[in-house]
Amino acid sequence: MTALTFIKPDGEQVTVEATNGATVMEVAKENDMPMLAACGGSLACATCHVIVDDAWYDKTGEISEDEEDLLDTAHDLTHTSRLCCQIKVSDALDGMVMTLPPMD
Amino acid sequence: MSQVHSTDVAIIGAGPIGLFSVFQCGMLKMSCHVIDALPATGGQCTALYPEKPIFDIPAAPNINALDLIERLEKQIEPFKPVIHLNQQVTELEKIDDHWHLSTSTGLQIQARAIIIAAGAGAFGPNKPPLENIEQFEGSSVHYMVQKREDFRDQCIVIAGGGDSAVDWASSLADVAAKVYVIHRRDRFRAAPETVAQMKALAEAGKIELVIPYQLASLEGEGDTLKTVVVKTLDGDERRLEANHLLSFFGLASKLGPINTWGLDILNGLIKVEPTTCATNIEGIFAVGDIADYPHKLKLILSGFAEAAQAAHAAYRVVNPGQALNFEHSTTSGLPTIEAAD
Repeated sequence: MTALTFIKPDGEQVTVEATNGATVMEVAKENDMPMLAACGGSLACATCHVIVDDAWYDKTGEISEDEEDLLDTAHDLTHTSRLCCQIKVSDALDGMVMTLPPMD
Repeated sequence: MSQVHSTDVAIIGAGPIGLFSVFQCGMLKMSCHVIDALPATGGQCTALYPEKPIFDIPAAPNINALDLIERLEKQIEPFKPVIHLNQQVTELEKIDDHWHLSTSTGLQIQARAIIIAAGAGAFGPNKPPLENIEQFEGSSVHYMVQKREDFRDQCIVIAGGGDSAVDWASSLADVAAKVYVIHRRDRFRAAPETVAQMKALAEAGKIELVIPYQLASLEGEGDTLKTVVVKTLDGDERRLEANHLLSFFGLASKLGPINTWGLDILNGLIKVEPTTCATNIEGIFAVGDIADYPHKLKLILSGFAEAAQAAHAAYRVVNPGQALNFEHSTTSGLPTIEAAD
């Protein structure tokens, strides 16, 4: 199991155990994190936007052009913004910290 | 306009599940009115992926999202549903033994039961989260262009990187005094020809591309915008003098008023009892993507089944004390029902 930490918009930190192979979005939804993830992981929206802690960003994998296109429609972007439906949980991410932007 | 429509069931949302709810209600001889915020039926199928093939609809090995919607409309035609588009249900209240709905266009509907099939909520413009944006909406901040002439001799900031931003930048460059285009990166999601046209206009000095910047804040007085402040990811700031902002970030769905009706909602989903799709409020049911229960699968397939569960449960609310004879469509055929008024 891999530990992931979400920092909610209100500042609360929640660390959860994630199964390798799941997407971070699936893990967030399973754990009732405040996240819309409206399209269910089909790369049709940007409502699973997370801000990955700097130290972990490079480990989250390549960002596709489709994901970049959708990030264009997200707000409050940072250098380490990702759509977390595109991040697969693996041992390499054990301990990763992410911040969830406020849900509109 | 003060006419109040009356129906057995009011269905909120005209996506695939809302439409199929009409069918299931119709099989039980219940009349339906359907309300949707979009200008067309089909919900996400129409708004987000009309040309995409769907592979997991039983007995339809490969069907385009738009075709699926067309077939559903044909399937529900015998039940004469009344469909109200371009409006959002804003109020829902219980009066005696029926529900009273009002929409954003002033439409009034009275119904015995409500089925919410609202997907991820009503589609509207994806608004940038700027603190005071609402103050300027309608006069200085726009999510669509109605008349190009409205922008003659105006200073305009266009934000976004898709077709709308690119097309309007080129089109308005002719009439406006100044056009800025704000985008977070150099690549635009639009047809290469239109991007080339915009970039040519930028080289000719007709448009100023402000890249890589994001909207940071708005300044002005009353509903009149004066300055659009933009920032790079590294915090470099520019202040653009402009009296209009055109914000083109596509569509976003929002639950909106549904949040205020006392339903048990978590993260945009309504908790239901899965065997009936009943919500915590008697007479209100939820189906499709918006309905949540343990191990829920957000599939059109599941939504269709939920529509059947909800219709049967709603029958008891619409026709209290009346027997419900369970019948297969092969036995009953298509019942004829009176159109709702």
